[in-house]
Amino acid sequence: MPAGPTYFPIATTTLSSNVANYTFSSIPGTYTDLILVYAGTGDNGDLYLEFNGDTATNYSATNLASNGVSVISNRATNNLSYTPGNIRSTTQSVPITHIMNYSNTTTFKSFISRSGSVDYEVQARVATWRNTAAITSIAVKNTGGNLNSGSVLTLYGLAAA
Amino acid sequence: MPILGIIASQNYPRGYNESDYESIQTVTVGAGGSSSISFSSIPSTYKHLQIRYTARSTVANVNDGYTSIRFNGDATNGNYYFYHVLQGDGTSATAGAGGTNAIIYTGPCAGNSAAANVFGVGVIDILDYTSTNKNKLPRAFGGMDNNGAGKVGISSGFWFNTAAVTSITIGANAFGNNFMQYSSFALYGIKG
Repeated sequence: MPAGPTYFPIATTTLSSNVANYTFSSIPGTYTDLILVYAGTGDNGDLYLEFNGDTATNYSATNLASNGVSVISNRATNNLSYTPGNIRSTTQSVPITHIMNYSNTTTFKSFISRSGSVDYEVQARVATWRNTAAITSIAVKNTGGNLNSGSVLTLYGLAAA
Repeated sequence: MPILGIIASQNYPRGYNESDYESIQTVTVGAGGSSSISFSSIPSTYKHLQIRYTARSTVANVNDGYTSIRFNGDATNGNYYFYHVLQGDGTSATAGAGGTNAIIYTGPCAGNSAAANVFGVGVIDILDYTSTNKNKLPRAFGGMDNNGAGKVGISSGFWFNTAAVTSITIGANAFGNNFMQYSSFALYGIKG
């Protein structure tokens, strides 16, 4: 039977200035999946996420990308964070990350992301954070420097029956 | 309707309502595993369906596990088109096309040779599932990563049938393997 309304915006912000990072904290454990949306610009670089303050080599990813000319696949192993997609300084990027079963304490956490920017690439990624802890915070950062003013970050919770 | 995966759609004329996306049913595999997952008596009151999964197959490899789908109990070979797929394995990107089959491929999951606690994840969209004028075409986005091996891809397949979808059965590796404990499948309905 349907469980009623399911898709909730947990938190959202529109950056009022350039910032080095933004953190979603005290994430409630009452949902099943999370969806993190970044719509904005930043210094040219890669958006990256750290879960629960973990900056150890516990992240890995498999990537698929195209720049409109060629298509590539590569991977990251034993990384210090997870990169959902790139950020550009003058054109908007829209990485969307699905964080599945984030509140369970049995399995590692797995994510899938799709992203794109008109002057760079379209990307699809899957990743694992090798930690069975429930996710309670997500730090959003940029390898290139700042997240720009006007960028929108939203965290949604999906509740399953 | 809101863009699947994003609430704030500028094209949604009457504004988004949180009740437009509803959880219908969730199945989590218990100890001992499961040969398949079924959603039955699916209400016809939505416009689209979405399945979100976390899965691990008993197949004896790292990244060749996959989910597969059938509609309305139809297991007849030739009634489905297996897939069109674009995927990457961390080394190369490949494109593929399957032929007619008894199932539709709907995304990677972890195999049983992956490290403990590693699962694959994915999202399967089935648009306009109640239509009786259209063959049904699920699209999928998913993958698994095992810190040195993995697979990510997008795919679509085809059911040669215009019937409204009333039940969905999901199997591991074309129903040739089982899903392992802690695999979970959640069915959502999206109003339009």
